[in-house]
Amino acid sequence: MTPAEQPPRRSWPLYEVFVRSKRGLNHVHVGSLHAADAEMALHNARDVYTRRNEGVSIWVVRADDITASSPAEKDPFFAPAGDKVYRHPTFYVIPEEVPHL
Amino acid sequence: MASANLQGTADAKGTADLAGTADLEQGFDATIAGGQRIEPRDWMPDAYRRTLIRQIAQHAHSEIIGMQPEGNWILRAPSLRRKAILLAKVQDEAGHGLYLYAAAETLGVDRAELTQMLIESRQKYSSIFNYPTLSYADVGVIGWLVDGAAICNQVPLCRCSYGPYARAMVRICKEESFHQRQGFELLLAMVHGTDGQRQMVQESVGRWWWPSLMMFGPPDDDSPNSAQSMAWGIKRHSNDELRQRFVDMTVPQAAALGITLPDPALAWNPQRQAHDYGEPDWAEFKAVVGGAGPANAQRLAHRRRAHEAGAWVREAAQAYADKQAGAAA
Repeated sequence: MTPAEQPPRRSWPLYEVFVRSKRGLNHVHVGSLHAADAEMALHNARDVYTRRNEGVSIWVVRADDITASSPAEKDPFFAPAGDKVYRHPTFYVIPEEVPHL
Repeated sequence: MASANLQGTADAKGTADLAGTADLEQGFDATIAGGQRIEPRDWMPDAYRRTLIRQIAQHAHSEIIGMQPEGNWILRAPSLRRKAILLAKVQDEAGHGLYLYAAAETLGVDRAELTQMLIESRQKYSSIFNYPTLSYADVGVIGWLVDGAAICNQVPLCRCSYGPYARAMVRICKEESFHQRQGFELLLAMVHGTDGQRQMVQESVGRWWWPSLMMFGPPDDDSPNSAQSMAWGIKRHSNDELRQRFVDMTVPQAAALGITLPDPALAWNPQRQAHDYGEPDWAEFKAVVGGAGPANAQRLAHRRRAHEAGAWVREAAQAYADKQAGAAA
């Protein structure tokens, strides 16, 4: 630590970046970056994540604004789907000769 | 601190009691053993987190510092074509640094902290960037040998057990391929040029060959952290395995260029089905890692200067954002 060292500046907020790689596909999370505001985040995202035509559309979202499920509760949180095999088409036994099912 | 909901935090583990920790550790080990990825908010051992932060930060710093040796030649590139390529390549290195800082931040550190650690010399970067670029041929040789060695190191990292690091490496490896090919093509043009140009290439290879071999790190019997990193699935191959792979890949490429690699011990060994090669000067390696390389001080001083000279831009952008937010409210 040098005496000349200044107190740490407030750093730019973190944005998560989502890119649609081509029409017809969903936006997919590709990473994150820091920017002073959303518009700068978009420009930076273009330069960092789409230098080779990887995208036709970009979303940036303040990381603080994302609510995520907790990994610690992984099993109980997703349990409701666990015992409902009747939600899958393979649950139903249909005679093989019946067409188009 | 990165406060995002998606990020891991170093203190999340503080809530678990001892019995809980054993369960968590079992879950972590099972995930790794099953070949699955660890994700940012998963529980992980402190040492795993610390190792990753150190390795990813060091990797990110290497990309950022790595812009300097080649950036040295942007204004002197011999044609607009070569200048555009070199600019794109150096811009990619900045991008790679940013992917990696973003991956490191998912472990609960802040990029600004890491930058501070770099410019205060409290974290390292790859020793290769402490060698100067003395001729334009160095641009080609860095692409061919240095990026070639980096690719050998980085391809296995695409399967690293830590998800964000592995994903960053997938992006990086795709782009590195351009880096290596542009370097080789540049050298091919030079070796088909004048005698003077061929000599420039040979002289440059003579300087970069051994430092490139050192990029794989110390020999296996002198690499204390390797075993743990391999058990954790961070590292997939030993330093010497990767070094051997690089030598075997590079020898025929050197032949295609008509260039001699500066190692009298280099020879094909039919028993091993691999090349024998000489021992790099590990004393030199240790000295350069320790700060005594030809350009260590210059690289860090430049990085510090750039960071400090950019402070007003960061502050102005923040002030503008604050003002806009105030006007909107």
